[in-house]
Amino acid sequence: MATEIQNLPDVPGLTRKDFVTSNDVRWCPGCGDYAILNSLQRTLPELGIPRENFVIISGIGCSSRFPYYMNTYGFHTIHGRAPTVATGVKVANPDLSVWIVTGDGDGLSIGGNHLLHLLRRNLNVTVLLFNNRIYGLTKGQYSPTSPEGTKTKTTPGGSIDHPINPLLFALGAEATFIARTIDNNPKHMTETFKAAHEHQGVSFVEILQNCVIFNDAAWDPIYSKETRDHQLLRLEAGKPLLFGKTLEKGIRLNGLVPEVIDATTAAPGEILIHQPDHSSPLYSQLLASMGLPDFPTPIGVIRSIQRPTYESLVHRQVEDAKAKRGSGTWKELLHGSSTWTVE
Amino acid sequence: MTPSTRGFREMKAAVVRFAGDSGDGMQIVGERFSDTSVTVPNAIATFPDYPAEIRAPIGTIAGVSAFQVHFGSQAVLTPGDEPDALVAMNPAALAVHLYDLVEGGLLIVNSAAFTPENLAMAGFSTNPLDDPALKKKYDVMAIDISGLAVESLKESSLTMRDKLRTKNFFALGFTYWVYGRPLEPTIEYINNKWAVKAPDLAEANIRVLKAGYFLGETTEVTRNRYMVARAEVEPGTYRKISGNEAIALGLIAGAKKAGRDLLFSGYPITPASSILEALAGFKHFGIKTVQAEDEIAAIGVAIGASFAGQIGVTGTSGPGMCLKSEFIGLAISTELPLVIVNVQRGGPSTGLPTKTEQSDLLEAFYGRHGESPLPIVAANSPSDCFRAAYEAVRIALTFSTPVILLSDGYLANGSEPWKIPSEDSLREIHKPFADPSQPYVAFARDPETLARTQAIPGQPGLEHRLGGLEKDTKGSISYDSANHEEMTRLRAAKVEAVAKIIPPLHVTGENKGKLLVLGWGGTHGAITSAVQSLVAEGFEVSSTNLRYLNPMPSDLGELIKGFDQVLIPELNSGQLSLLIRAKFLVDAISMTKIQGRPFKVSEIRERILQLITA
Repeated sequence: MATEIQNLPDVPGLTRKDFVTSNDVRWCPGCGDYAILNSLQRTLPELGIPRENFVIISGIGCSSRFPYYMNTYGFHTIHGRAPTVATGVKVANPDLSVWIVTGDGDGLSIGGNHLLHLLRRNLNVTVLLFNNRIYGLTKGQYSPTSPEGTKTKTTPGGSIDHPINPLLFALGAEATFIARTIDNNPKHMTETFKAAHEHQGVSFVEILQNCVIFNDAAWDPIYSKETRDHQLLRLEAGKPLLFGKTLEKGIRLNGLVPEVIDATTAAPGEILIHQPDHSSPLYSQLLASMGLPDFPTPIGVIRSIQRPTYESLVHRQVEDAKAKRGSGTWKELLHGSSTWTVE
Repeated sequence: MTPSTRGFREMKAAVVRFAGDSGDGMQIVGERFSDTSVTVPNAIATFPDYPAEIRAPIGTIAGVSAFQVHFGSQAVLTPGDEPDALVAMNPAALAVHLYDLVEGGLLIVNSAAFTPENLAMAGFSTNPLDDPALKKKYDVMAIDISGLAVESLKESSLTMRDKLRTKNFFALGFTYWVYGRPLEPTIEYINNKWAVKAPDLAEANIRVLKAGYFLGETTEVTRNRYMVARAEVEPGTYRKISGNEAIALGLIAGAKKAGRDLLFSGYPITPASSILEALAGFKHFGIKTVQAEDEIAAIGVAIGASFAGQIGVTGTSGPGMCLKSEFIGLAISTELPLVIVNVQRGGPSTGLPTKTEQSDLLEAFYGRHGESPLPIVAANSPSDCFRAAYEAVRIALTFSTPVILLSDGYLANGSEPWKIPSEDSLREIHKPFADPSQPYVAFARDPETLARTQAIPGQPGLEHRLGGLEKDTKGSISYDSANHEEMTRLRAAKVEAVAKIIPPLHVTGENKGKLLVLGWGGTHGAITSAVQSLVAEGFEVSSTNLRYLNPMPSDLGELIKGFDQVLIPELNSGQLSLLIRAKFLVDAISMTKIQGRPFKVSEIRERILQLITA
């Protein structure tokens, strides 16, 4: 059973336009979703997959309107449950390239359970989680990623919920591919989407996304030209963990904890080298936990390891059973193992 | 071991109930007695009745497990009302089941288990076996079953614990003697199960089985034995099948006939789990099974498979249905084929997990938000679960719609002989996929069935988006008010169109008369038995069973009009009755029972007699 797409068919000249639908895009002007849509429409034609083999599946929320704007097969399902429908699609037909689009509320609140199980099963699909730290479609209530103290209509005194870190959530479920990108950097998004697609197994991508209406400026420190070089840590496999305008700062380990040091005076080998395939989840956790105010926010591929995919194991069991017992016949089905005949 | 008929009393049918602690192996001996009876052949029906707790404390009332088998020389449609013989392996089993035993019935008890401690746990202040009234009312056989089983194994090297565990086969052997049944099928079963991996155990169980039988032969020569003659059974090849097994086979058969792969996704729940377990054993048929993380995920996975062009099926029981309702709405809105099996149990909430009830009918009709009709099919006997499941697949694919298949705990666990159908006798299932050479309109409809044509991911040029938002008649999102009304009516009309492929009702008795007994689902056997017996006695009464509940068969209205009165027996507080009264404006009489147990034939007979002799 073809679970990995080998021998890519020739796809004659697909372009971004082939992935644009005639539907008017109805997100608010200035919404970060536009840039994500654009980046995905630019990425898919470059993957060597015929358009009819893409399926985009979403739940409910602003981000989940996504399938309507992609000229592929698509399914706008119900709140939080896109991973379940995606599981059915991928198990039914492993040759399809399945993309789940979800948000911080859809994926981590109402759908947290399904996301957990999708990740641990390692279904070979890509999850794009748009994190704007707010409920947009219901007009501005706090979300499971909103920082403590967030004042919204439902939390006039400030949110008392401790937020969840999407990357740590994915790591807790032992996702085999974990990445983060940001909606104001189309190039980085496209590269991240491609890396996610190439990974054989579940790919979890957190996209820091700005909601201009209900939570504008949520990501300002890492957005603004003035501060972003000091706040963003761009991860590249095999490269040291450096950041700052002239990459003058670096991350090293002090015992079990990371710390920021002056890279210009660091000893050789003192700065950590990025290893997304590091066998220890401790390293991935160290990166996933970093953030304001003490650390820069890492973007890029945090973890990428290999494990058999769920759908390939489902199909292997079916094939093994056929090899062992032969393909089932009508007689076997209806008669079973024990019958008697009345003359 | 062919018993002569001397010393035997002839019976047309008999009911035997084995009851004991849940660790006593009562389900095993019940199954053995049933399997032996079908080889006679007798007609049979069985009813396992076990506790929700896997192992309640030994000797307690909560831990009592029972298995009833009804076998006869004529058609047997129910597992029987009251047992003619009760095997009680301990005081708790006696306390729970004695009230059902017919007066004068045979009571076989394991006297060894009637210790002061066990008596106290069963709530007896004195030993009921010492009560002369018990011996007066029943034919009591108090046997030291434990002691005799161990005694017959004195040469065996088994541990005392293992020796004691053979006692169920002693009870079975004695019961075989009473009813003149052959031992060979059971010996063959024991050898198949243990001869290779535990020959000591096989030998011990066979020895104890025979010891039970010989006890009757040597010490009870004057006792009455009972003979149930061979049944006149329609020629054919048969197998014994339980309701849940039959559902699994019916689903596979439907998918195979339709040429679609089947994906079944479920979450363990009593009494539906064995459907998922059964299907997981059919992987060589190309069946894919997913044990999902919860009930919601289970239906989501099934919908995904249907979207991808296969037939997705999910199965559950009451509490799981509540969780699935939002997704059922999505399947209705996107008009995807899907089968949802609900093996009903007592509710609400956790309710009576191992007991039967028919209380989810209105939920199947109306248990979703919005106007969300779907076809509903209900199985009426364990073997009918095959046909009902097949029909659910056929309707789902033909009409591109989710279908609810209702079974219940009584059908799921009960078993009966099933005359194996030929593949050719199964109706064709056609579900055309979209033609890739034509422009695709996702919600264009077949004029006859009103089903929309499905395009499958992977088909070039047919890319489209589905979703739960209201769409126009072509499939584009529409919030237009007139369109919403039109689409609501179209979805309902499609469900109504299913009536075109429903076969005519089968009526027991005449098509006109004083009283029609109208049932649905698992009450079929009890209703039909009651009505058949009354018709044979010359009473003017008829009955029918609704396998198709939504839409109802188009000849039902006419049938109802032909009768002075309609009686609707249900294991709920009158749900079908409410629907029939509303739909046909008929003053139907409701007969209800909400005790976690099926109707007895006698209960329905009495009610019918009250009505027609009034």
